[in-house]
Amino acid sequence: MTGPAISVRDVVVTYSGRRVLDGINLDISRGETLVLLGGSGSGKSTLLRQIVGLERPQSGQIRVNGVDIAQCPPGELKKVRRSIGVAFQNSALFNSMSVEDNIALPLREHTRLAESTIRLMTWMKLAVVGLAEFGKLSPQALSGGMKKRAAVARALSLDPDILVFDEPSAGLDPIVAAELDELILGLKRAFSMTVVVVTHEMASAFRIADRMAMLYKGSLIAVGTKEELQSSPHPRIRQFFDRVPDQIADTAAIDKYFKKYLEGSSA
Amino acid sequence: MSPSVVERLGSAAMRHIEYIGGLAIQLQHACAALGRTLPLVGNRSRWRSAIQQMLTVGVDAFPMVGIMAVCAGFILAMQGASELRRLGAMQFVIDLVTIGFTRELGPLLTAIAVSGRSGSAFSAEIGSMVVTEEIDALRTMGIDPVEFVLAPKYLAALIVLPCLTILSTTCGILAGGAFMRLSTDMALGVYLRYVVRSIVLRDVMTGLVKSLAFATIIVHVGCLEGFRVRGGPDAVGRSATAAVVKSTFLVILADVGFTAVFYLTGGK
Repeated sequence: MTGPAISVRDVVVTYSGRRVLDGINLDISRGETLVLLGGSGSGKSTLLRQIVGLERPQSGQIRVNGVDIAQCPPGELKKVRRSIGVAFQNSALFNSMSVEDNIALPLREHTRLAESTIRLMTWMKLAVVGLAEFGKLSPQALSGGMKKRAAVARALSLDPDILVFDEPSAGLDPIVAAELDELILGLKRAFSMTVVVVTHEMASAFRIADRMAMLYKGSLIAVGTKEELQSSPHPRIRQFFDRVPDQIADTAAIDKYFKKYLEGSSA
Repeated sequence: MSPSVVERLGSAAMRHIEYIGGLAIQLQHACAALGRTLPLVGNRSRWRSAIQQMLTVGVDAFPMVGIMAVCAGFILAMQGASELRRLGAMQFVIDLVTIGFTRELGPLLTAIAVSGRSGSAFSAEIGSMVVTEEIDALRTMGIDPVEFVLAPKYLAALIVLPCLTILSTTCGILAGGAFMRLSTDMALGVYLRYVVRSIVLRDVMTGLVKSLAFATIIVHVGCLEGFRVRGGPDAVGRSATAAVVKSTFLVILADVGFTAVFYLTGGK
């Protein structure tokens, strides 16, 4: 296949009148790792939900492997979804099933493979993420990092060519987070997958990214290589990279309030 | 009338209409998915999870539904007897209990018990799946959450509620028999002969039709409340409460509707 793996064109998303995504344009080429950066409320999770087809935009196009998932019929969308593996922020493993069954679920649902083949494939996916001997456990019995790796194994189960991670390192200690970064790099090398990662962890972003895109208040303010972003003079990017806090307290409002209060009490 | 009252009435009405619309869409979606849940022709794992649901919704509810029906049967017989005894018409207690249970109390008591036990469980289960992104995960895997989660519950309830209704009707009638034995020394065999004489097939059928409708209400209200959970764990708790309150309310509303229709078309 030619052309970008994912192509986002003029995507607008509004939630109850508020523009969460405001005309996003982004191309993600095959085999690259794109890290989507942005603070909380910047719209990065929304963009991710659009890319994996969980929500549809008010306007614009989202092409995944050439299919416009913003407009296509549900049957087509279902087919596209099989080529995208998603690892959710909270792992989203089904607690009612064992880890093994979680990973076997997409295979059981979408293929007519024999049970023995499914077991073998499941074991292989678990081995890739280093959980081969934990298949029989329930997801509750796994640690945070292991859960995330199991979620990656499940995302891999249908051999997708696009892998999407929502905040892979959120809530993990630095060592486990680093392990996960290496896992992402290893997967990319082994299967030459297109990887999209949403994160706000700078260290992790710099380790895994080929290119970075930065969202701020629903718009992409920069897309480029790590070096390009690092040398960018854009004040928001500088603030993000140098960890400079926003002015939180509204001093003018506080002054006004006190003034009113004092005047009110004296009157 | 101030515009704010009109506005509030209007928005409340819109909310209710929207809710009913949501239920209708979900019902249609679930009916389409029900075929894939059936044994032999459908997906085997769906049927397996439907059986699992039948056990939790149906079999586990047996003792509770049975005891509730026995108590209600006793209450009905005692209340009826205290009046009918004065008229010297004790044998009408048998008709009262038999007809009361086959037509009305059997299906209604069962529905209320199941709505409390399982309606809340459905919404809590689905609600927490929404909160933990499991529903989103299903969708990204190309698995329809309504088919995967709701359809097996619906099929199970459609099978199990009529069964529980028959059980509760039987328990209620037997409780009436026990009362008659204690108060008038009527032998159980004689009692049952009277019962058989006053049972009409039509009454049994209307009871079972009601129980199918109640099953639909309980499952769909419970699941819709679950799917609509937004936010955190507190929202799951609220949805479980809303599921029980709304499904019990709608069950009673539907009961009035059905009873009115059966009454008007009865021609007895």
